[in-house]
Amino acid sequence: MKRLLLAAGAASLVAGCNHNGGSDPNQYGGDPSLPAQQRALVPSMKIADPTPWGDHHPVVPPGYTITAIATGFGIARQTLVLPNGDILVAEGRGGGESALRPKDLIAGFIKAKGTSQAKSGNRLTLLRDSDGDGVYEGRTVFADHLNAPYGLALVGGQLYVANQDSLVRFAYAPGQTKASGPPVTVTQLPAYINHHWTKSLAASPDGRFLYVGIGSNSNITERGMAAELDRAQIWQVDAATGAHRPFATGIRNPTALAIQPGTGQLWAVVNERDELGPNLVPDYLTSVKDGAFYGWPFSYWGRNVDTRAQPQDPAKVASAIRPDYGLGSHVAALGVAFSSPAMGARFADGVFVGEHGSWNRSRPSGYKVVFVPFRGGRPAGPPVDVVTGFHDPGGATFGRPVGVTVDPRGALIVADDLSNTIWRMVPARQAPAAEAPNRAAPPGKTGQPGAAAPY
Amino acid sequence: MAAHPLQAVPIHPLHAFLVAAPVPLFLGGLLSDWAYGSTPEPQWSNFAAWLIAGGMVFVGFALLWALIALLRSRGGRGRAASLFGLLLALFVLGLVDSFVHARDAYAIMPAAPILSAIVTLLAGAAAWLGFAGLRSGEMK
Repeated sequence: MKRLLLAAGAASLVAGCNHNGGSDPNQYGGDPSLPAQQRALVPSMKIADPTPWGDHHPVVPPGYTITAIATGFGIARQTLVLPNGDILVAEGRGGGESALRPKDLIAGFIKAKGTSQAKSGNRLTLLRDSDGDGVYEGRTVFADHLNAPYGLALVGGQLYVANQDSLVRFAYAPGQTKASGPPVTVTQLPAYINHHWTKSLAASPDGRFLYVGIGSNSNITERGMAAELDRAQIWQVDAATGAHRPFATGIRNPTALAIQPGTGQLWAVVNERDELGPNLVPDYLTSVKDGAFYGWPFSYWGRNVDTRAQPQDPAKVASAIRPDYGLGSHVAALGVAFSSPAMGARFADGVFVGEHGSWNRSRPSGYKVVFVPFRGGRPAGPPVDVVTGFHDPGGATFGRPVGVTVDPRGALIVADDLSNTIWRMVPARQAPAAEAPNRAAPPGKTGQPGAAAPY
Repeated sequence: MAAHPLQAVPIHPLHAFLVAAPVPLFLGGLLSDWAYGSTPEPQWSNFAAWLIAGGMVFVGFALLWALIALLRSRGGRGRAASLFGLLLALFVLGLVDSFVHARDAYAIMPAAPILSAIVTLLAGAAAWLGFAGLRSGEMK
């Protein structure tokens, strides 16, 4: 309890500019407060009101600048920084389940109002900044005719792409701007219904294994248990053979995966279930333990039973483990990336998390990029706002963050799937585009691109 | 008309249809809820949700008709008012039942079958009342 109070105090200090105000319970860290379940007659919905950026701009901490380096995507979701500094953008929209109930028609119509109307690009676009001035003047389609590509990973000269229905790979040589041919399928992925269609991806540092995050096929089994076969899991896929085994289960919607530099440990951000009230269930960041069961659908945050899943399974509930770190309820964490000292002292050790923002609560949460500080390889302390200003208190929403990627040269790349923009935040000492001429000098500062090998 | 003794006017065939149609639909919803309760197969609750939504369409039109009939009736408002009141109660509870059925999986329990039973009874009562005017006993 004391720890909780301390964490709450620290959170309120750090989150001074958080316009959600003070009455939401503290749900950050390893021991989030979990209020009683609520079942409203009508789920509270507050949908983003998409508004062009106009004169608005994302807000970053003092000492940092942010610029839009590219826009006009067919829905920008995740990015990957290649060893030569090129950025790959995965574009697409998946899913498309049929409505089973009157509710699905109505809620689907309402929720669609808060998202991009752009057509699904189903491609990878490559952005290049040839002269290192922060302006990405080069833009090519690296590969197209993909099926809602999302997770990206490069290891051992192979570029892996997680489509909504398959894991594929392209051979990649440094400097390449276009795939040399169609991809090779590594394995098919569960795609029946595909309620949570995004397939997240990370590669083990040695390139032997790929980890694929596969979301559940429903909020809480309302499409039947049979639809949940192979869902809410992280698969470990053998890169050579395509064989897979469930690495973690009961992990409702693991929307982004990352390998911790140094340790090789797999981490995930996970979106938890809806319609239990505005403050349930916290989305989370966790190290993913081999063979662990994280509760879905039978329980959440360890052994807190959710009776909506029938028949219940007390044995599974008893085996459920608690995740490492709560991010807050309904924030919709969709991106995670380990930072590096190149991001500046404040953000040297920890992870960035892209939060797409809530629908199932009257006071919006998320709609920003936060930083979770680490110490000794574990989360330590409340999240710190990094990129905000995507959403104004009046309801206007200019952008919604998804994937976050750290460029080892010292930049945070944020994909925004509402305005379909790629944002790039850099420490101010790395001159922004407008001051580019002064900046030819500092190769020393940027001369350690090999440091973050796991990417 | 005033010269003749008061006599019951038979229900209009379309109004009869609107008043009667919700009965089997809500009854189907109740049976589907019961099926979901005894087999945790959520497809039954999907059936229930659609059946109740279908019933609500007819209840909505029947209610509108009953309101107009109430406003236009002169004297002998008793039965028109009762029918309107019943249909209004049915509409409100049916709406609550619809929202309950919008919950995910077993969150509809135990409210769903209870509400479906109540609306089925109310729909039956509304149909009874709507058609009761046809009985010869009402003639004076």
